[in-house]
Amino acid sequence: MANVLVFIDNPGDALKKSTLELLTLGRSLGETAVAVNGDLHQDVSATLAEYGVTAVFRPSAQDLDDYLVSAKAAYLAAAAGAASAGTVLLDNSPEGKEIAARLGIRLNAGVITDVVAVDADGTAHKSVLAGSYTTSARATTAVSVLTVKANNVTPEPASVASAPETSTVEVPADGTATAARVTAREQKAASGRPDLSDARIVVAGGRGVDGDFGPVEQLADALGAAVGASRAATDAGWISHDAQVGQTGKTVSPQLYISAGISGAIQQKAGMQTAKVIVAVNKDAESPIFEIADFGIIGDLFDVLPQATEEIKKRKG
Amino acid sequence: MKIIVLVKHVPDAQFDRHLTGEGYTTDRNESILSELDEYALEAALQLAEARGGAKAGNQVIALSMGASGAVNAVKKSLQMGATEGVHLTDSALAGSDAAATSLALAAAIRHIGTGAPVDLVLTGMASTDGETSLVPAQLAERLGLPQVTFASSLTVDGGRLTARRDADTYSETVEATLPAVVSVTDQINEPRYPNFKGIIAAKRKSITTLSLADIGVDPAHVGHAGSWTTVTAAEERPPRTAGTIITDEGDAGIKLVDFLAAQKLL
Repeated sequence: MANVLVFIDNPGDALKKSTLELLTLGRSLGETAVAVNGDLHQDVSATLAEYGVTAVFRPSAQDLDDYLVSAKAAYLAAAAGAASAGTVLLDNSPEGKEIAARLGIRLNAGVITDVVAVDADGTAHKSVLAGSYTTSARATTAVSVLTVKANNVTPEPASVASAPETSTVEVPADGTATAARVTAREQKAASGRPDLSDARIVVAGGRGVDGDFGPVEQLADALGAAVGASRAATDAGWISHDAQVGQTGKTVSPQLYISAGISGAIQQKAGMQTAKVIVAVNKDAESPIFEIADFGIIGDLFDVLPQATEEIKKRKG
Repeated sequence: MKIIVLVKHVPDAQFDRHLTGEGYTTDRNESILSELDEYALEAALQLAEARGGAKAGNQVIALSMGASGAVNAVKKSLQMGATEGVHLTDSALAGSDAAATSLALAAAIRHIGTGAPVDLVLTGMASTDGETSLVPAQLAERLGLPQVTFASSLTVDGGRLTARRDADTYSETVEATLPAVVSVTDQINEPRYPNFKGIIAAKRKSITTLSLADIGVDPAHVGHAGSWTTVTAAEERPPRTAGTIITDEGDAGIKLVDFLAAQKLL
């Protein structure tokens, strides 16, 4: 089996679920090495062993985060060489995709983004044109670079734990020579809610919330969900642009998508067509969202959402 | 300043979109200038205007790669205010993936930069058809230039640019030296509409057509032949069908929770 390299950017104290998914997927394709950027916590090392990782690479430089993307791409290219990797897996975040983009050019490797599954022969599956097609694609090059969407693999530790060796990879100087530099970075206040892009459940509000996201947020919190919004709601300034779901915002494919006060114009539908279950609450019975909802409620979200929130709390005791 | 804006002719998302033929390429009937590219064009026009516009020698060059229809994206850009247009077209380009597209565009940008070098290449955050966001970064790698992606604001002062980027958990300020490749989000500005004057003026502006021979690219390195990825199968997803629709009679919130419980989603 081929060698697989998984990129883990700043793992922190514990690996994210999406990273465990990459490690699980990697193991199904071959011997899995990881390239880490940033600190490597003891607990993280232990998890890598549980997931059967055979080798851990770390960069010779600590300042990769100070540059936009190209320094990480240069490091990862060197790590892919050290691992003799036939496949490189990254997460499907905007940054993951861009590192993949530059890495692809450095390795003369085909890049496939938005991947939801990979066969043993390297064929990757994804959906395109806003969920209207599912396609199979493969790299025709010796190495393939894949960015994988979260929530498509069940994380599973290896049957036998490994004892990976850690080694240092020299970061090529050309990765920083012409790179843009980050001169300031402010952390945003954490909402405590899951990330929109890989949440299992999303509750989204639109024009119908009329400036008040309270009922949407309360239902989201009762369900442990992320909060999303239509472009109309973000353009109105009712909620941060980060929450925007749709063609010019984020594409989400959660298990459950609850749409409240969103008519379902095509650009909005495009962002959530691949959700497993769609629930819609809207006063207007003619809203296009009802054409694709598994469960639709013609009603006022200010009545329906709070009632559902109370009922969930009651049942969860 | 000499600014190149990449503009793509993409299928209008208001209509059903289809993959056709061998290689499953996108059917480009009913195509328009990609909505997300209008923000890049507006950003370029504002930078040029702030420096005295075309009269002061500022150039905003709209560059589109694609079959004959792609020239419409260039024409719309000229109507909005671009000073000139370039259409890179060659039958060998059909089916190019991001890697092959970035190879051809990099060569076209070098070609346009002969004589007076290009200061800035501006693009949208993604195309609204392929949606991979790969091309700006790949272009920067091929040209050996800094990339600044997903800029939500952009200022240029002398040979330096400063941009703001907003990610989910942080915002950052980045700086790069020119020349650079910059992609912008839909938060950066409000694109103008072409007015009557602009539409008339566009008719007098020139559009240069370039072939692969003009930019010195071997046809074997682009198109299906030169792509590093291939689509092996494509299946149209059956349209979602409507499920149960109820009208709220005072207990719809409870019924919603019943539904979630039945689906094991609580």
